[in-house]
Amino acid sequence: MSPRDPGQGADGDPAASSGAPFRLPPGSGPNAPVFAEPWQAQVFALAVALNERGLFSWSEWAAELSAHLARPGAAEDGGDYYRHWLAALEALLAKKGVAEPGSIDAVSAAWQRAAHATPHGQPIRLENDPER
Amino acid sequence: MTHDHHHPHDHPHDNELDPFAARVRALETILTEKGLIDPAAVDAIVETYEHKVGPRNGARVVARAWADPEFSDWLARDATAAIASLGYTGRQGEHMQAVFNTEDTHNLIVCTLCSCYPWTVLGVPPVWYKAPPYRSQAVINPRGVLAEFGLKLPETTRIRVWDSTAELRYMVVPMRPAETADLGEEELARLVTRDCMIGTGLPLRPGSLSPDVLWPATGTAGTAP
Repeated sequence: MSPRDPGQGADGDPAASSGAPFRLPPGSGPNAPVFAEPWQAQVFALAVALNERGLFSWSEWAAELSAHLARPGAAEDGGDYYRHWLAALEALLAKKGVAEPGSIDAVSAAWQRAAHATPHGQPIRLENDPER
Repeated sequence: MTHDHHHPHDHPHDNELDPFAARVRALETILTEKGLIDPAAVDAIVETYEHKVGPRNGARVVARAWADPEFSDWLARDATAAIASLGYTGRQGEHMQAVFNTEDTHNLIVCTLCSCYPWTVLGVPPVWYKAPPYRSQAVINPRGVLAEFGLKLPETTRIRVWDSTAELRYMVVPMRPAETADLGEEELARLVTRDCMIGTGLPLRPGSLSPDVLWPATGTAGTAP
C-alpha cells in the first residue's frame, strides 16, 4: 500500500542499481498499437476469459506471469512479453490439469499442417489438416 | 525463354503460421472443446481492449477531478467508486487508488513484478511499461527514467513510485495546467495524455495539442463489459 520512496532507503541508492538502463523503444507513441500481432491479442483474451470463468484468480495469474517474466533472458525491450504470457498460461493450464504440453504440441502441429494445406488468401481451418 | 514459368496465380501459396500463433490457436481449440471458453466471448474481449478501453477513459476522470473539487475529493478518498460513477468499471479496475501530483511531489506508477495496470482507465499497458528496464529502473532511478521521456523535474520535487499489484492499481492525477480556467471538461480531457496518468509525462498545455493526433477519431470511450 505504501509507496516506494526512492529518496529514502536502500532502493534509492543509485550505486546499488543493476540491470540495463531504461530506453524508450522507437515507435512507442500514444497511438502505438496495443498488440503487435493478432495472436498476442488472442492469448491476452484467453487468460482474461479463463479468469472470468473462475479457472484461476487474477492473483494466481499474476504470480505465474511474474515467475515467467523473472526468468533470465527476458528481452530488454519487452518485445517477448506475450511469449511469456503464453508460456505462463500453458503452465497454469498444466497445473490445473486442463491441457498437458503434449496435447498442446499435437494440436499446434495440426494447425501448422492445416495452414500449409490452405490456399493463400483463404481462412485457415483446423479441418484442413490433411492428417486429421 | 521456353521453360515453365509458374506465375504466382497459377498455384496457391501455402499459408504459414508462426509457432506462437499456432500454439495460441491450439489452446483456443482445446479450451473450446472442453467448454472452458466461448470463442465469440474471447473475440469480444479482444475488441474491447483493442478499441474501446483506453486512456481516453482516464482522461475524462482527470478532467472531472480538475473541474469538480467534490469529485476530486471523492477520487482521492475512494477512487474505485468515483471512477465507477463515470461508467468505467470492470476487470483490473476493481481496486483503484488515485495519486495526486502536487507542487512538491510527482507520482510515478510501475509494476515491478509483472505488468499490473489500471485497464479500465488506461487500457492495455504500452510495451515499455512491461519491459524489464522500466520495471526495475522506475524504482532505482526514477529521474533517469523520466529524463528518457523528456521530463525534467526540479531537484526539489520529490518522486514517489507506486508499485501496482494484482489487488491494487494506481493512476496519477496530474496538476491542472495553467491558463485552463476557461476550458470545459471535454477540452480539459484532451490535455490529459496516457503518459501523464502513468507519471512519465505532464499534461499538454492549451494550444499545444492536436486532439486528432492524440486520440484517433475512431477511438470511442467505453467500459469493459
